[in-house]
Amino acid sequence: MLVYNADAGNWFSGTVSRSPLKHVCVPGLNCYSCPGAVAACPLGSLQNTIANGRFPFFITGFLMLAGTLLGRMVCSFVCPVGLIQELLYKIPSPKVKRTKRLLRVTRKVSLLKYIFLAVLCIIVPFAFFLRDGLGSPLFCSLICPAGTVEAGIPLVLLNEGLRKAAGLLFTWKTALAAVFVIWSVYMFRPFCRFVCPLGAVYSFFNRVALFGIHVDTKACTHCGACVASCKMDTLEVNDRECIRCGECLKTCRFNALSSGFMAGGPAVKKRKPDCVR
Amino acid sequence: MRKLAVFLLLLGTGLLAAGVFLGDTAVIFRKAVFVCLECIGIG
Repeated sequence: MLVYNADAGNWFSGTVSRSPLKHVCVPGLNCYSCPGAVAACPLGSLQNTIANGRFPFFITGFLMLAGTLLGRMVCSFVCPVGLIQELLYKIPSPKVKRTKRLLRVTRKVSLLKYIFLAVLCIIVPFAFFLRDGLGSPLFCSLICPAGTVEAGIPLVLLNEGLRKAAGLLFTWKTALAAVFVIWSVYMFRPFCRFVCPLGAVYSFFNRVALFGIHVDTKACTHCGACVASCKMDTLEVNDRECIRCGECLKTCRFNALSSGFMAGGPAVKKRKPDCVR
Repeated sequence: MRKLAVFLLLLGTGLLAAGVFLGDTAVIFRKAVFVCLECIGIG
């Protein structure tokens, strides 16, 4: 987070960085309007390129490379929004308990992020371009809490002109960001699991990513302890929700799990976890 | 799976290079160096 937003001077001037690194993106979700942001946001850049009627060669290539190398490891180790949610989850409070019924619900709701990716990030910006000659980054403008928390609120506080221009949309986005902040205290990474289109993109690469969790099929007894303890509600190691945090490695009693590069691959054959209540 | 990973890495590199050649990075830069009013909720 500090590396992504290292241009500290802009925090005092209320402007955004003009770092030459803004020609390229960081792999995690980090709004390029954050005063300190030294590089561009991949999701914002994707939407903006499509909204200009261009095929996003650079961003697609970048996401493909990052996804194939790391998969959703980006979410656990490289994304500031993930970090903020994990820090909020550490606040002592009652936590939403994992049950079989809730698991079924969360798995279905987690498909929402693919809809956000397809509709708000790709289809609608391009449709607006076709209609009006210029589209709009709809996910950024309607949903993204990273933009609100990292950029919107600091810039509105620092810049009087922006403060006067803030209206209903700003109120909506601030309220939505507050919902995610509060939700993150009680549930693990709700934005990553249910909303983030960038997580949706990287999830496509989870099965083939070079960095992953390896399951030793000879040592594995299919006890299901790994997925039972998983806070991302995975059904199997390395599935689309797996962020390669490595917590399951600690719960496996048979040392069947290991992580690292060239470790990823097909997961254990699907079997209903015994340990889920 | 390894072959697929290698293919995706090569394809990704190719797309990245094509994007640089076609000026995608300039489009990204032009957007990123100004305050994105949609992103911050001004519209």
